[in-house]
Amino acid sequence: MKKHLLSTGDLSRDDALLILDTATEMRAIADRPIKKSPALRGRTIVNLFFEDSTRTRISFEAAGKRLSADVINFAAKGSSLSKGESLKDTALTLEAMGADAVVIRHGASGAPHRLATSGWIHSSVVNAGDGTHEHPTQALLDAFTMRRHLGDLEGCRVAVVGDVLHSRVARSNALLLATLGADVTLVAPPTLLPVGIESWPVATSYDLDATLPKSDVVMMLRVQGERMQDAFFPTRREYSRRYGLDARRLATMPQHALVMHPGPMVRGMEISADVADSARSVIVEQVTNGVAVRMAVLYLLLGGFTGPGRTDPAALEVPA
Amino acid sequence: MVSSRDVPAIRNGVERTVLDAGDIARALIRISHEILERNKGAHNLVVLGVPTRGVPLARRVATRLAMIEQVPVPVGAIDTTMYRDDLRLRPARALEHTEIPEGGIDAKTVVLVDDVLFSGRTIRAALDALNDLGRPGAVRLAALVDRGHRQLPIRADFVGKNLPTALNEQVRVLVEEYDGRDAVVLTAPAQPTTGGRDW
Repeated sequence: MKKHLLSTGDLSRDDALLILDTATEMRAIADRPIKKSPALRGRTIVNLFFEDSTRTRISFEAAGKRLSADVINFAAKGSSLSKGESLKDTALTLEAMGADAVVIRHGASGAPHRLATSGWIHSSVVNAGDGTHEHPTQALLDAFTMRRHLGDLEGCRVAVVGDVLHSRVARSNALLLATLGADVTLVAPPTLLPVGIESWPVATSYDLDATLPKSDVVMMLRVQGERMQDAFFPTRREYSRRYGLDARRLATMPQHALVMHPGPMVRGMEISADVADSARSVIVEQVTNGVAVRMAVLYLLLGGFTGPGRTDPAALEVPA
Repeated sequence: MVSSRDVPAIRNGVERTVLDAGDIARALIRISHEILERNKGAHNLVVLGVPTRGVPLARRVATRLAMIEQVPVPVGAIDTTMYRDDLRLRPARALEHTEIPEGGIDAKTVVLVDDVLFSGRTIRAALDALNDLGRPGAVRLAALVDRGHRQLPIRADFVGKNLPTALNEQVRVLVEEYDGRDAVVLTAPAQPTTGGRDW
């Protein structure tokens, strides 16, 4: 494992499988009478959230606490950031407080990378969503959920449908699933596919009805109205008709197919209520698995030796 | 990432087989009988192996216990990785599988099974891990090999073989399930040490 988790593109196949296998063990802790492990006792994790978030922040907080770390939540609203403090000064404050890891969510793509590589802080940086760039732990929990239901992801067919252009989840998933050997198809109207999509390790389609029958997993994305300055499709109704998942479309999928959504979902827009609540939907389970996956990530980043030279594990081998 | 319990073999060392497959089988049968004698039957027993080599050994002991008493004996595994006192000294380690049999461990007599008892630190970690899983009525320890050099006040209740060793020697337990054969191998470093041996 590297020191930071900034992008799923940084993960080798072995790294990704290590995280997912570790998460399997972490998930079992939730079923025990004492839902806690001492692995990160004495470590401090700061949740630095510049953007609103419910499930990701709570999920990281629960993960840190289950591993006995001290978790400090830091929301931009109500902090000195609203008084005009820069990212650098915030980082220096965190460093002075002795944070071992910073979990950052930021509206600007690349903010976690800046934090990790600037030399401002020595702690590990975990990207919890940056702008329209990446959201690696979401992709990891999606892969974890798929593996639980479908086994090995080699050759698994995944359709990611909707607002790919503004989605950090889509990019992280495309990179991770490609590493794990799955076949990803991005389905969206032409206006909602990013420029340069041909360089992604995925296929693309404008036709949802043609893609669904040959997919093992369909992942619906929310249309991110708050990031849209232009009109990307004529009406919400037309979008929903062409790219929304309803019971009729679900019926065309294989019997074992899973319905996923990273949340928050807009019922009636990209997904109909009956599909969201159907037996094929694993949307609620994704949230449960999120805690286990984040525990695995935090444990692998912080559980071992974290001093200077950590990138060279061989140098640290002590005789047993 | 390397498992903490995968000890690299000493290079160019002199290898000696201390126990062969037959010796191990006989030791495990004797341990099984001793467990039953001490416990007055298989009532309330739960056998938990310490990964990695302790797990197959625990399965064999449980199978033997069940065979002797004609009742099923629950068996599982308990990973100690997150409870180790040297967690911070090395890069983060992969976790091993923890498997607690149905019925849990509350009020049960838990028999921990490990391959080699050495410093006692792994067993200390296992006791802490047990603590988070429930409250056993009693905890016993079975080890295939006790090589001495304890660093904590821990002892085994059931021992396959007491093997006096020097600190710079290495004891490896090989099991069919992982290594393709059953054996206990003692490796001494190639260069004879100038320091006095412990025996």
